[in-house]
Amino acid sequence: MNPFDYERPADAGAAVATVASRADAAFLGGGTNLVDLMKLGVTGPSLLVDVTGLPLDRIEPLPGGGLRIGATVRNADAAADPEVRRRYPMLARALLAGASGQVRNMATIGGNLLQRTRCVYFQDVTLACNKREPGSGCAALHGYNRHHAILGASERCVAVHPSDMAVALTALDAVVQVQGPDGERAIPIADLYTGDDPERDTALAHGELITAIDLPEPAAAPSAYRKVRDRASYAFALVSVAAVLDVDAGGTVRDARIAFGGLAHRPWRASRAEAALRGAPATGASFRTAADAELAAARPLPGNAFKVPMARSTLAAVLRGLAAREAR
Amino acid sequence: MTSAPTGSRAIGAPVPRLEGRAKVTGTAPYAYDQPVEAPLYLAAVTSTSARGHITAIDTAAADRLDGVVAVLTHENAPRLASDENAELWVLQSDEVAFRGQLIGAVVASRPEIAAQAAGLVRVEYDARPHDVEPGPGRDDLYAPATVNTGLETDTIAGDVDAAMADAAVTLDRTYSTPLQFHVPMEPQTAVARWDRDGGGDRLTLYDSTQGVIRMRQIMAAVLGLPPDRVEVISPHVGGGFGSKLRPKAHHVLVALAARTVEGRPVKFALPRRLTFAGSGYRPSTVQRIRLGADADGRLTAIAHDAVGGTSKLVEFAEQTALATRTMYAAPNRRTTHRLAALDVSVPTVMRAPGEAPGMFALESAMDELAVACGLDPIELRVRNEPGRDPETGLPYSTRNLVACLREGARRFGWTDRDPAPAARLDDGWLTGTGVAAATYPAYPVIGPSNAAIRALAGGRYRVDIAAADIGTGSRTALTQIAADALAVPLDAVDLRLGESTLPAAAPAAGSMGLGGWGSAVIAAARAFREKYGTAPAEGAEAGATGAGVPGAGKVALHAFGAQFAEVRVHADTGEIRVPRLLGVFAVGRVVNPRTARSQLTGGMVMGLSAALHEHGVMDPGPGQVVTRDLADYHIAAHADVQDVDAVWIDEADPHYNELGAKGVGEIGIVGVAAAIANAAFHATGVRVRDLPLTPDAFLR
Repeated sequence: MNPFDYERPADAGAAVATVASRADAAFLGGGTNLVDLMKLGVTGPSLLVDVTGLPLDRIEPLPGGGLRIGATVRNADAAADPEVRRRYPMLARALLAGASGQVRNMATIGGNLLQRTRCVYFQDVTLACNKREPGSGCAALHGYNRHHAILGASERCVAVHPSDMAVALTALDAVVQVQGPDGERAIPIADLYTGDDPERDTALAHGELITAIDLPEPAAAPSAYRKVRDRASYAFALVSVAAVLDVDAGGTVRDARIAFGGLAHRPWRASRAEAALRGAPATGASFRTAADAELAAARPLPGNAFKVPMARSTLAAVLRGLAAREAR
Repeated sequence: MTSAPTGSRAIGAPVPRLEGRAKVTGTAPYAYDQPVEAPLYLAAVTSTSARGHITAIDTAAADRLDGVVAVLTHENAPRLASDENAELWVLQSDEVAFRGQLIGAVVASRPEIAAQAAGLVRVEYDARPHDVEPGPGRDDLYAPATVNTGLETDTIAGDVDAAMADAAVTLDRTYSTPLQFHVPMEPQTAVARWDRDGGGDRLTLYDSTQGVIRMRQIMAAVLGLPPDRVEVISPHVGGGFGSKLRPKAHHVLVALAARTVEGRPVKFALPRRLTFAGSGYRPSTVQRIRLGADADGRLTAIAHDAVGGTSKLVEFAEQTALATRTMYAAPNRRTTHRLAALDVSVPTVMRAPGEAPGMFALESAMDELAVACGLDPIELRVRNEPGRDPETGLPYSTRNLVACLREGARRFGWTDRDPAPAARLDDGWLTGTGVAAATYPAYPVIGPSNAAIRALAGGRYRVDIAAADIGTGSRTALTQIAADALAVPLDAVDLRLGESTLPAAAPAAGSMGLGGWGSAVIAAARAFREKYGTAPAEGAEAGATGAGVPGAGKVALHAFGAQFAEVRVHADTGEIRVPRLLGVFAVGRVVNPRTARSQLTGGMVMGLSAALHEHGVMDPGPGQVVTRDLADYHIAAHADVQDVDAVWIDEADPHYNELGAKGVGEIGIVGVAAAIANAAFHATGVRVRDLPLTPDAFLR
């Protein structure tokens, strides 16, 4: 780890200005990922601007029925919040599916969105990684790629996004509030994560600070977050599914909102599966067809071909469960 | 439980760990915590080439950093005295034998500065092609002269091929186990101070080790010091599992650094990522098992051919097929071991070396044979129970495998088991149960242990022995043994261990610790009482060497056990859970039921972890293990460990030692992976022959 400066400003404007003033400055939230990466030499900011003292730690209702979660709210606190639990249970479950109790106590909501991939090659500075060192190649492509992407990846990078929370937020159509040197803006979560350039994880510019996540009014339909991983806790998803399923009294799917985790460099909104479901009967056959529609584009690697059947059967099982809850 | 020896009061009592409070309150000083004055900190430079030579090493930027006191490389390091162990020939040449090898060190005033400076060292290599994977399809496998602990490489009796051709039922299967790492919570740590006085050079080493005497001897030889000029101190060890048994390169590195900055202590804790190439591991195995049986399931042939990897630097041959030599009766038998020599770091013993991977294969195969014969797997094992050790012909001192199986069946509720696979679905989960046998040798002690006893004031006694407590509870159990041997209350005994200045003792290895050390303590107490009676003057002192193994060469000495597992596999996702594990063991007399139970259940948890999670991945491209932290090298999390219970049957084995105690350190891990794999087959109908059993194995 290299020496670095540390500041802890009292307001967001000062934090933004400070980071913007130095090209290799970084915001520090809970530090649960950034500090690891600094120890590993993956990143070496010369200035850390600690944002955990900013007044961004509240969860409050939005006009129009939504909910705003401040960026410095700890994961554990968001998961335990009565409004989050009552109105967005899928989000609470996704939060609790991530990391460990100790990590959730430290990690912030804003930092969670910005955590980096856990690809072993990205995290090892002695190995090739285009995301860490552009042009150096992708060691994962022909290496250990059990955990890597099957959707939306390229030869340049096959890393996956590690967050559980962001998968739920994607299915919830959350909006990310950002404050930057040039003012404030709101970014739909679908647009936060960019795709094609391994070097660039998000659409945020240097100095832009996530201040809050806005959740729209929840749909009046059952939802679920299901995570499949290699051990019972404290592991990243092999496959995860966030889903909301709205079925009418006649047993026809009115609407579905589905996102996958563990399959792509970003939370993967399963638009093709959603389209296949709308207007279809809420049956196991429809659910499998919808999963196949999304996974037809899958390009598995030698080490992760299992993710295709795993994603298919997990999504079908989640939808079956939601349909059964709705029928009750 | 067997009643304790006559007159015994402490042995058999569930005495809590004497140092338990200090450990859980964080006040027990481990090696790195030792209060030394004005320490310096070491950070290592490791090779990023898997084979070749260092052509240039530039330390200028590191040297310039404020706070850096010394930078060591092969170009300037002090010379060592002995290259007998190539792994310990540290910084003596430009040769690189594996990726992650220690090739330099920075010593600085703070650990952060040392780490930063280590990152500034630039190294260039003349890299050569490397070879890091043992199989398959190699034509250069070789037979080692012996396997670990000096045992025969191959044993052959009768004609397996002919018996297989004639057998009513045959099975020919290949099983594999991956690289496994010890990952003790306390990583490898050492604090070294080099002094010079009238007697010459002197090294003090605070270390996390399974044996201070062995450490002293080997370090003295490597450094060219008389053994009495090396002092090793290791009061507490946060887990070893074999990884802290032998001196490793980091010990030499920290000693070289200490010699360079003479008079100032140098502290080094191996970062977790460096432990994967720096502290040994269990090599991967590929094992072919062939079984031939008659129509009733009586074995006529049993063959176990094991292939594993080793390092070109130092050979380590895991005794993978050893257990097969003693488990079951069959007239035609064969066990073999072959190795691939690789450009990898040096493997070492890891909890139940040999038995842990070997019994996964054999006990999975026995389950497959039971299915093929239409027999209950317990009944199959009972039918193949040998009267004498099948290979040596010696009678067993005790062999209570069948008793363990029967007791386990009773406690576990095995009797009503429907043998049909994939027949039970509970709320989306396929459920099943499985069983496997366990065994572990009661090895003859690897070296005699000595103990000394001194009378203190007020009827108290000090008991000294250079034993190790690596978290097992041996400090407590030895105190119990001493109290009974002296016929005094437990709290009248002040036991010291973990220091090389104490009477020499064997290391904690091979489940031999308590038996060997306990025999020494008993002998010392006897010598003391014979010399001084029951009212010794303060300062009276006597020592003795522990007795050997009375039954050595006359009887076959083994511990046995039976592992039962209940498994649930999710029908949609393949997730696997183990709601219940029960182990029933025959391990001789149990000295401390509390710490023994912890050892056994701890072993079972490690077996569960090997069954479901542990998978060291070697990437042949860079020639490196890429699962180098606890996020990527999974061990069982708390949520994976549910109902785990260990019990033991009434047994004492006087042929092994006076206590009648066999070891409990390793047998707990043996057979667990097979029991779980067998239960997973029962649950799903899917037979997994390659560890670990991850969810993808069960997806259709």
